[in-house]
Amino acid sequence: MIPAQFEYVRADSADAALAVLAEHGDDAKLLAGGMSLLPLMKLRLATPAVLVDVGPLRDLSYVRDAGDHVAIGALTRHRDLEVSDLLAGECAPLRAVAAEVGDNQVRHRGTLGGSVAHGDPASDLPAALLALDATFAVRGPGGEREIAASEFFHGFLETELAPDELLTEIRVPKLPGVRFSYQKFNRRAQDWAIVGALAVRNGETRVALVNMGGTPLRAKGVEEALAAGASVVDAAERAADGTDPPADLNATPEFREHLARVLVRRALDAVA
Amino acid sequence: MQIRVVVNGVAHETDVEPRLLLVQYLREALGLTGTKVGCDTSSCGACTVLVDGESVKSCTMLAVQADGTEVTTIEGLAPEGGLHPVQAAFREHHGLQCGFCTAGMVMATVSLLDEIAEPTERDVRLGLEGNLCRCTGYHNIVRAVLAAAGTPA
Repeated sequence: MIPAQFEYVRADSADAALAVLAEHGDDAKLLAGGMSLLPLMKLRLATPAVLVDVGPLRDLSYVRDAGDHVAIGALTRHRDLEVSDLLAGECAPLRAVAAEVGDNQVRHRGTLGGSVAHGDPASDLPAALLALDATFAVRGPGGEREIAASEFFHGFLETELAPDELLTEIRVPKLPGVRFSYQKFNRRAQDWAIVGALAVRNGETRVALVNMGGTPLRAKGVEEALAAGASVVDAAERAADGTDPPADLNATPEFREHLARVLVRRALDAVA
Repeated sequence: MQIRVVVNGVAHETDVEPRLLLVQYLREALGLTGTKVGCDTSSCGACTVLVDGESVKSCTMLAVQADGTEVTTIEGLAPEGGLHPVQAAFREHHGLQCGFCTAGMVMATVSLLDEIAEPTERDVRLGLEGNLCRCTGYHNIVRAVLAAAGTPA
């Protein structure tokens, strides 16, 4: 399968990428690692007229200590997160979830920013960033703005990111020594989660769900129940509250709701 | 677009269409047909090659993205007539049946052993999760990888 024809532009700086986006708007698409976009282009589900390759922008690939948070360049690869000593100490859940994405080959190419900008509710990392209360730094024609993860994901593959904006940095609050558990259910090792649940416990407990709706979701019912003193078993019963899980070849919505309750219970048990 | 790629130690300058996939470039422009196209959807791993020493699926990378990199395919692992230790281990432990997945398995293994020098059996099974063997010959593949790493099976 071969993508439809497109004009290829390699950006040698973030400014250069923004200039191309300003010129072409919706007709242009940013290419980072390509692990989500290229399969869509090969299937011709995506047919951008202009492909702006930001992959080579190495100055957007880093994991840095930024005081109260860890700053991660948008083009940092999953592989780099998976082996980051800084993340091991300051935000271990993100490191662990990055290691669950796809397979080695995918993690050698795929980037954190690409995953966030793609906004796939079945992806591991957007849900993790939601649970971790991350924020995203975005650059556009009007300068930089910062968007909370909770405000970023609007709908299936739809985000707050405008066509002329570039995601540059992901900021994750430090959580040294935090307890966490990521429960990912799939049929083949390398697949997307049929359902995933991440519990992060640092005093309060936060729970995020993968593939339980059009966007990554926080399991608000579970979090409220726990905050009100409910048991793990009772809180986990509310895992599917407010979700709208998809139907596909892998699972019915009812099965996904069941999986969410089971996986959330397991994750909560693990962090108890 | 003009790209410059070092493939198996030899520099190539080629004018390519931007939508050309790396696997097509290797197989069709350079004639390196050891790299296979299996699923063509980045699931099966038959097209695995090394880009700057790391395993990637060449069906899900554009040739223009390989500009300026060093690519290693199965043909470039060992000198003509010789075998790389991973290839030798696959032969010794019969880590193949039909052989279609083998080039990708070997390339993924070389990358895996570069990242984990002394893998456990679990490391190997997880490390090769992106490579499918439709003959389901996984046990001998895992034995071969452990042997290549010098880890007791």
